Amino acid sequence: MKELRDLATKLLAEGTVNVVLGWEEGPRGVRPAFATDAAAAGRLVFDPRCTQNLVPYLSPRRTQVKKLGKAAVVVKGCDARAVAGLVRETQLAREDVVVIGVRCGGVIADPASPEPLSPATVADRCPGCNSREPKLADHTVGELPAAPPGESRRDVRIADLEARTADERWAFWQDELGRCVRCHACREACPMCFCERCVADKTQPQWVDSSPHPRGAFAWNVTRALHLAGRCVDCGECERACPVDIPLGLLNLKLARVASERFGYTATDDPAVPSPVGSFQKDDAQEFIL
Amino acid sequence: MNATLDKTSFEPRLTAFVCNWCTYTGADLAGTSRLQMDANVRIVRLPCTGRIDPLFIVKAFERGADGVIVSGCHPADCHYTSGNYHARRRFAFFKELIEFLGLPEGRITFSWVSASEGQKWREVVNDATARVRALGPFSGYPGTELPAWPAAGAPAPNPAPGGGGER
Repeated sequence: MKELRDLATKLLAEGTVNVVLGWEEGPRGVRPAFATDAAAAGRLVFDPRCTQNLVPYLSPRRTQVKKLGKAAVVVKGCDARAVAGLVRETQLAREDVVVIGVRCGGVIADPASPEPLSPATVADRCPGCNSREPKLADHTVGELPAAPPGESRRDVRIADLEARTADERWAFWQDELGRCVRCHACREACPMCFCERCVADKTQPQWVDSSPHPRGAFAWNVTRALHLAGRCVDCGECERACPVDIPLGLLNLKLARVASERFGYTATDDPAVPSPVGSFQKDDAQEFIL
Repeated sequence: MNATLDKTSFEPRLTAFVCNWCTYTGADLAGTSRLQMDANVRIVRLPCTGRIDPLFIVKAFERGADGVIVSGCHPADCHYTSGNYHARRRFAFFKELIEFLGLPEGRITFSWVSASEGQKWREVVNDATARVRALGPFSGYPGTELPAWPAAGAPAPNPAPGGGGER
């Protein structure tokens, strides 16, 4: 903790950056902090409650942080993939941001809960994580904690869904997606949803019905999942932001597996690796095309 | 005239999204060659398969299509060099996603049909139509079914967007 605070204070004092994005203690658990002076830098924390991905604040359509000047951002391994994603897609110049990596031992699913990190409270994506130490970082702080506890429940849920018949899956997803209230919180929380104008907001023509109706809800969720296919960094923010608990992570993970099995791509914090939707191979599998 | 005009039998409506340079020309060749084929397909011509957003397919189903055909130039034949390669990756994701969502298999047909393959276009159209005809009308698409007539005194159901509502 002291290492993080000292580093943030030093970066601010040197004038390397004007603001450090991190987490601080708030009235309901930790909250994002935008430290512009030594006092604020001294309040930064990192612990398993720091679930929130701060990289969406670096998205080009967020101007509040940009106005503060050059930023440093504190990232976990998963968040570093989001920085790499923005750099890969030329939304952010690597030299315009200082990345402070924290070594991570897993975060809890609900950061407002007072429960400690345990197999019951750990975020779904954490067990089995292989990027607990960001490679993209300019500075890496902290000791590497023990591996995240528990086992991933997502793999079991995906296997369970895939074992069902198409009709059962259809019914399952109609039920899940039918709850969607079209608040687009998943989009707002997503570090990779940076379009100036989202296709779901367009009205001439209106591609996606905007009211909370099953038709538009289906179109929106298909669109969101597809637009993140091969780009999703698996930070879990969409699912955490969803007010009606739609298991968006399952859709993302399913498509991440497609990216891995078909195109040999796994989400990485190396911006030089091309994303599977921005590249192609001439011999890509096409068994589904007549 | 013939059995297909019998009003009691189900005739599927298919939407075909095709590229201008290969499949559209191939379909044109099928026509000028006087090839007989099922007349269930409505063609939407686009510049390239790379222009076909999977949202088009979703939209076609929203608007009542029972099936969709997506077709374009064979790999290495793209008029724009690489449009179909990019589309192929996108369709791979889309296909896996809709399978995972449980959309009935067989309602979407992907194919490569070149400008000289009028015969292949006929096969693609006839096969896709036969598949969708066997599956029956696509009534399960979310939000396309008509809401139940409310009982007297019951609150009105959520109307379909753009449905007009009460007058």
